[in-house]
Amino acid sequence: MSAVKLRGRVAAKLGDNIDTDLIYPGRFLNITDREKTGEHLFELAFPEIRSRIRPGDFLVAGKNFGCGSSREQATAAVKYAGVGAVIAAGFARIFFRNSINLGLPAVVSPEAAARVQENEEIELDLIAGTVTRLATGEVLAAAPLDPRAAELLAAGGLIPYLKKKYAP
Amino acid sequence: MGMTLAEKILARASGRERVRPEEIVVAAVDLALSHENADLVRKSFLEIGVARVWDPERIVIILDHRVPAESERTAATHKAIREFVHAQGIQHFYDVGRGGICHQVLAENGHVLPGMVVVGTDSHTTTHGAFGAFATGIGATEMAGVWTEGCLWFKVPSTLRIEVSGRFPPWVSAKDLILYIIGRLGADGADYRAVEFDGPTVRALSVASRMVLANLSMEMGAKAAFTPVDERLLDYLAARTGRTIPDSEDFAPDPDADYERVLRVDASRELQEPQVACPHAVDNVRPLSQVRGVPVHQGVVGSCTNGRLEDLEAAAEVLRGRRVHPRTRLLVIPASQQILLEAIRLGYIQTLIEAGAMINPPGCGPCVGVHQGILAAGETCISSTNRNFIGRMGSKDSQVYLASPAVVAASAVAGEIAHPEDILQQEVA
Repeated sequence: MSAVKLRGRVAAKLGDNIDTDLIYPGRFLNITDREKTGEHLFELAFPEIRSRIRPGDFLVAGKNFGCGSSREQATAAVKYAGVGAVIAAGFARIFFRNSINLGLPAVVSPEAAARVQENEEIELDLIAGTVTRLATGEVLAAAPLDPRAAELLAAGGLIPYLKKKYAP
Repeated sequence: MGMTLAEKILARASGRERVRPEEIVVAAVDLALSHENADLVRKSFLEIGVARVWDPERIVIILDHRVPAESERTAATHKAIREFVHAQGIQHFYDVGRGGICHQVLAENGHVLPGMVVVGTDSHTTTHGAFGAFATGIGATEMAGVWTEGCLWFKVPSTLRIEVSGRFPPWVSAKDLILYIIGRLGADGADYRAVEFDGPTVRALSVASRMVLANLSMEMGAKAAFTPVDERLLDYLAARTGRTIPDSEDFAPDPDADYERVLRVDASRELQEPQVACPHAVDNVRPLSQVRGVPVHQGVVGSCTNGRLEDLEAAAEVLRGRRVHPRTRLLVIPASQQILLEAIRLGYIQTLIEAGAMINPPGCGPCVGVHQGILAAGETCISSTNRNFIGRMGSKDSQVYLASPAVVAASAVAGEIAHPEDILQQEVA
């Protein structure tokens, strides 16, 4: 992720308090290859979402997305299922940090969570903090990324960031 | 204006005179905890490409989620962790049979001291706020960053203060108090915030019970949660570290600290009976009388929330001379080897086994739904653990109710959700 603007389609719209057990069930925690986690995204509750995701699509959710366990596989599963960004009314803090660290943009926008619909095309501006509904041109407010998070996302996540810093 | 305890600790750890909520600081990490997901951390660390971890004395790895290994894949994970621990000279490694649940093992071995910054690749790392530490959960890649740099950035949280007064009625415990508070504030009621618990009711609690408050604060989104550093805690630490830790104003919030919100709870008035978190959310909390009689197939006493000696004691007290209901099974998982040993010495284990409970090896047990006690579709469990999300303990069509160990034990005897008093009124067989 290096672009500050991302365009995509909303593959699915989810409710409040989507926990990490729903995102990535505990039984698959012994899978430690990040790329393989995407195969089990939402496995117990709504596995049908996986087949709807085209690379770069977005997920839109309510408040407290990713609450519960610190399992990074939950974030990895979202990313490696092909999701380009998650927009939510709010994120649980560990999930938010995991997203930035794995290079998956996580955008806080209660307005977008309330108004954006499934299958809609939208554009995110991560630095300005906006979500634009492309069909109507309506611009919704989002929280701009703080500089630290923006720097990590721009590097593609924490691993490439530290790799450059310590082992160029 | 003074500082809250979270602000004080983060100021000290980031070399600042003072910090305010919303500021970003880079804090030195005093202790870095991982369990089986140390394997994920290891992989990210190797990808970064640094040869050595920042400080092998400050990293603690404790196997607890799948002990002993339940599959070849887990066995390979455990093996990879052991090899990495050896190669890096990591000093504090608790292998199968040497420890138990990571949070309990850290506590009982005196690893965590007041004023520390502790990070762990487990969301319930907030538990260590019971020792006056700023302790929070992080992901595996972030931990690889800590293993590399020994520091981490934090947004200074605002603080929610919860002052509790009044006495608990019989069979009401710290678990009921925190479930009640989570029910009031909601699953995101403390998101991104630090929580300070205080008041006479909190100060009267054992260290084990204080750990319950700090542990479950995670279920309302807390970044860190503290209970007071007092004589009782300092005595606990002295017994485990073999040295006296002098009290310090660094371990308490300033009297004029600025709180986002102060919540007061009168336990005598508001907590007249045990509380139960109903499926499928930890904030779906009801007084026990509203769910009495729900049939249960399995009871679980254990976990980082409620698998300590006082929890086994409460279960044993209810079960002494009684039998687990024929259509119900009861699993008991002591939180650590030390607790298991002590519970054997005190006769609790014998009482529990005679009642028909199965004792499982110290570890996370069925809480995380990976082995030992998985639920089938259509089954209901009452559990002293910390999460009741859909599919948490097995089938997506199973149900988990969260309650105190005493309520779990009483329900196991009744075969349905029951108050310990219901059981104790019956004559012992």
